Amino acid sequence: MENLIALLVAAPLVGAALLLCGGKRLDRAGHWIGTLLAVASFAVAAVLFADMLGKSAGDRALHQHLFSWIPVGGFRADLAFQLDQLSMTFVLLITGVGSLIHIYSIGYMEHDERRRRFFGYLNLFLAAMLLLVLADNYLLLYVGWEGVGLASYLLIGFWQHKPSAATAAKKAFLVNRVGDVGLSIAIMLMFTTFGTFAFGPVLAATGDTGEGKLTAIGLMLLLAACGKSAQVPLQSWLGDAMEGPTPVSALIHAATMVTAGVYLITRSGAIFNAAPDAQMAVVVVGAVTLLFGAIVGCAKDDIKKALAGSTMSQIGYMILAAGLGPIGYAFAIMHLVTHGFFKAGLFLGAGSVMHGMNDEVDMRRYGGLRRYMPVTFITFGLGYLAIIGFPGLSGFFSKDKIIEAAFAKGGTEGWILGGAALLGAAITAFYMTRVMLMTFFGEKRWDPQEVHPHESPKTMTIPMIVLAVGSVFAGGLFSINDAFVSWLEPVTSFEHGHSPLSATATTTATIVVLLVGAGLAWLMYGRKPVPAVAPRGSLLTRAARRDLLQDDFNHVVLVRGGEHLTRTLVYLDHSLVDGAVNGTAATMGGLSGRLRQLQSGFVRSYAVQMLGGAAVLVAATLLMRGV
Amino acid sequence: MSSVATVHSLWMTAADAPGRIPGPHIEYAQLSPTLIVLGAAVLGILVEAFLPRRSRYHTQLLLSVVALAAAFAAVIGLAAGGFGTSKAHVAAMGAIAVDGPALFLQGTILLVSLVAVFTFAERRLDPASHGKRVDSFAAQAAAVPGGKAEQEAVKAGFTTTEVFPIVLFAVGGMLVFPAANDLLTLFIALEVFSLPLYILCTLARRQRLLSQEAALKYFLLGAFSSAFLLFGIALLYGYAGTVTYAGIAEVVADGAKQIDPALAGTMGNDALLLIGAALVLMGLLFKVGAVPFHMWTPDVYQGAPTPVTGFMAAATKVAAFGALLRLLYVVLPGLRWDWRPVMWGVAIITMLAGAIVAITQTDIKRLLAYSSIAHAGFILAGVLATSEDGISSVLFYLAAYSFVTLGAFAVVTLVRDAGGEATHLSKWAGLGRRSPLVAAVFAVFLLAFAGIPLTSGFAGKFAVFKAAAQSGAGWLVVIGVLSSAIAAFFYIRVIVLMFFSEPKADGPTVAVPSPLTTTAIAIGVAVTVVLGVAPQYFLDLAGQASVFVR
Repeated sequence: MENLIALLVAAPLVGAALLLCGGKRLDRAGHWIGTLLAVASFAVAAVLFADMLGKSAGDRALHQHLFSWIPVGGFRADLAFQLDQLSMTFVLLITGVGSLIHIYSIGYMEHDERRRRFFGYLNLFLAAMLLLVLADNYLLLYVGWEGVGLASYLLIGFWQHKPSAATAAKKAFLVNRVGDVGLSIAIMLMFTTFGTFAFGPVLAATGDTGEGKLTAIGLMLLLAACGKSAQVPLQSWLGDAMEGPTPVSALIHAATMVTAGVYLITRSGAIFNAAPDAQMAVVVVGAVTLLFGAIVGCAKDDIKKALAGSTMSQIGYMILAAGLGPIGYAFAIMHLVTHGFFKAGLFLGAGSVMHGMNDEVDMRRYGGLRRYMPVTFITFGLGYLAIIGFPGLSGFFSKDKIIEAAFAKGGTEGWILGGAALLGAAITAFYMTRVMLMTFFGEKRWDPQEVHPHESPKTMTIPMIVLAVGSVFAGGLFSINDAFVSWLEPVTSFEHGHSPLSATATTTATIVVLLVGAGLAWLMYGRKPVPAVAPRGSLLTRAARRDLLQDDFNHVVLVRGGEHLTRTLVYLDHSLVDGAVNGTAATMGGLSGRLRQLQSGFVRSYAVQMLGGAAVLVAATLLMRGV
Repeated sequence: MSSVATVHSLWMTAADAPGRIPGPHIEYAQLSPTLIVLGAAVLGILVEAFLPRRSRYHTQLLLSVVALAAAFAAVIGLAAGGFGTSKAHVAAMGAIAVDGPALFLQGTILLVSLVAVFTFAERRLDPASHGKRVDSFAAQAAAVPGGKAEQEAVKAGFTTTEVFPIVLFAVGGMLVFPAANDLLTLFIALEVFSLPLYILCTLARRQRLLSQEAALKYFLLGAFSSAFLLFGIALLYGYAGTVTYAGIAEVVADGAKQIDPALAGTMGNDALLLIGAALVLMGLLFKVGAVPFHMWTPDVYQGAPTPVTGFMAAATKVAAFGALLRLLYVVLPGLRWDWRPVMWGVAIITMLAGAIVAITQTDIKRLLAYSSIAHAGFILAGVLATSEDGISSVLFYLAAYSFVTLGAFAVVTLVRDAGGEATHLSKWAGLGRRSPLVAAVFAVFLLAFAGIPLTSGFAGKFAVFKAAAQSGAGWLVVIGVLSSAIAAFFYIRVIVLMFFSEPKADGPTVAVPSPLTTTAIAIGVAVTVVLGVAPQYFLDLAGQASVFVR
């Protein structure tokens, strides 16, 4: 069975190679090839999943060793895969949502002449992402990590003729590099500390290692996670990344790639468990980001950017849960999966709305669309209910558990974290209700002469329906007998947190804040007509529209600082380094000019020099004996 | 007993036992490489004497090539017969060693000479003189430059085919030089190969005055250094009572066992040993062109006909370093602590001075001369390792370097303008645009000189520096690497000049050579690349040949 694992990665990889190297003759069939290979990968995943379910919990992990990748002396890196319950969860999510989004893209990208290339990139992304979650060592994981970064860059900038898309791609790439440096440093530290990067030995050895080193490794891993998962302080790229085609936003920047940071932290759980300081940093990053993203989401009028803020915030929840240790890992992953369903669904819905509205993204020019696109409205609505945590839907189960675990952290920290998570839930309800009301309710704020809203084709609606079903039922299904928690337990281990609040109290509080948030939104956007031009707004609103001044901060601190540093270094390079080099060269040249004077051309002076040389040689030889 | 009686008894004893003077026992087969070459040289003289002028060129060329090839085959035969390793011994009554280093160096010298003879025989580069093809050598060497006799000789289409036997004599001396196992044989071998070189240097067809000046300088300074060498030999004899290497080494190691009555005052006197050793070393350092005995090198390299320069730069260096190795490793190992520091100093100033002075050179032949001085310093670093690795690395370096040098000078003969070879660097500007192939080949040689990986120069330099570092002279290696960096500047400057400068309107043309020079250059490139890409086999070969017989 384990021989099938490589097939998971190979299928989309072959697709990428075919589509990117195949040339124009594949233009007509390209999207079908790409989709077929994505679905094939999903089929293999399903077979492996069925097989895994048939085994007892202890024997489920599979291992496939392909070959020794870099054997140099004591250094060994293998191309080997590990498929355990955690990887399996991700594989199903990636291939499942990935396949749906391939299908959706057939319709969405129908009129794009570079569709074949788009599917090539999508397949490349799938291959890299699967490599990331299937690797059995950190070095191979790093390959996948860089691979998804590349695919993300290529897809954000897919419409490269738009300067904004090209800039956004570059920004995402650069910000991600900062995080990637963290991962590479973490891997180097692991190698110097443990002598290997394979998950098994590294994670088993954490007990015998000094806490300082583990904290350093943990913080570097957190830096990597911040970059890839758009967490504060490396969050600034995600909003701009919405320049990419909407299926890309759904797949990469909502459901899968941006959750790689959560995977990394969960996978490295043993390291964080043994390094409480690093764990604390993770929790703080998660809590700050979940509020940051939610506040940004409230102010955005661009539907995709509002959803991007929401993504940031929801991943903040996951990071927070992952930082809580064994009481949170399982819920982090569970929220990750349910979020994968409903956020992908929401993005696809947003794409469907844009598709019907001539690619308009400003929600102030929407309104009353529920009558024109009923399927989109219903699926989007179900996603909306799921994300705000409406009782009985997916988001309710997963988010509620995270809030509970945050309180269970204990002490003042527990109250602060739990409070932040609750506040986040209220804001989530607010901004999602705002999106819902501005898009599908109220009066039309668009010109019926120019825009003719219509429902999207079947290739687009069917994936939305499937995802909506997941958004509704996944959470409930996972929670029957704690099925999800016990499924992941062999990998992530699990402890029951002891919350100071009873479960009922937490749930009640969650529902109350939900109602407060949604009610407030209804008061502001449902009862009153929405102005077609954004009002000036309060100071906070204006700051939130500018992403809470993150770009300004980066510009002032990093860009300006970097420019100054560069200027100083260039100056030093010119004056010190070049000065030394040119000085040496000039000295040598001068010396050469002097020395060649000795070569006078007169044989008599040569003879005298030889005589002198001989005398020195003899004298030196005698002197050596004397000494 | 009175002194009269002593003298009488001496007379009587001598008269009593006239005895039979034993005939020397000569192992002709083991000396065959040398004998073949010298025999062919004598034959060549006879050819000059008896054959008509028109058939001499082809006969001489054939004779030289066959002789050198046969001698090389003899070397291979001896090596295959185990004389390089298990059967190594001293032949010809203790005069000549037949061992690994000797055979390796003799093989190298013979191959180099064979390739050099190709460049000597080149007759297509110079424009035909009065309808007859001519080579790089003077029409009539004895004629006064610019005189009437010379004009007549040129008009008659004379060529100096004597160069072939002269080269063979030089090669004969070079074969003996690194194998010489006593000081007198060493001296005679030195003279046997030096005198023909002096003659060859005078023979340039163009710029004859420069050529003759160079030869005269070479001769005077060579004689001067020979005098030092000979004086050193005399002092060593006074110290040891013998001129054989083994005998001297024994006295150095254990002290004199039997005092020769005639040398009672001097034997075992360390002052004689040290001064004598220093002077003999000086004689050899002159031949390898080490600073401060290098002054002849640039002048002679520039003045001599370029094929001769190539031959001299390659083969002389191999022979002289071979002799230096044997002297230091066989005769003077017991004196290691005396000569090593001094020689370190010589190696350092040789590397640095060669590299630094080369920076400001404007003539390609002088540039290569200073480059050869710097390389002498690098090789010295390997010589001073006093280990088997040191020997093998030097053997490898010499083989690699000699082919690069030969090839580089062969390329120099191709770049010509109205006045013959265009050796001024400014004329090489833009050569890469005009003749990309020739420029690329020259660039390969320059990269090898600079020691860039994938060329033989890198493998050789790596080997000698490694040996030097393992012998504990890490700082010597540091200075060597710094010198290499300085040297890389002027090598790469020539490449930049060739490929990235605008060609001049009145620039030189690249003559199309006959297959002879083409073969020589092709062999140079092939050896450079093969030794650079896959040096291991040849390093192993040099490693097997790295034990001196004592």
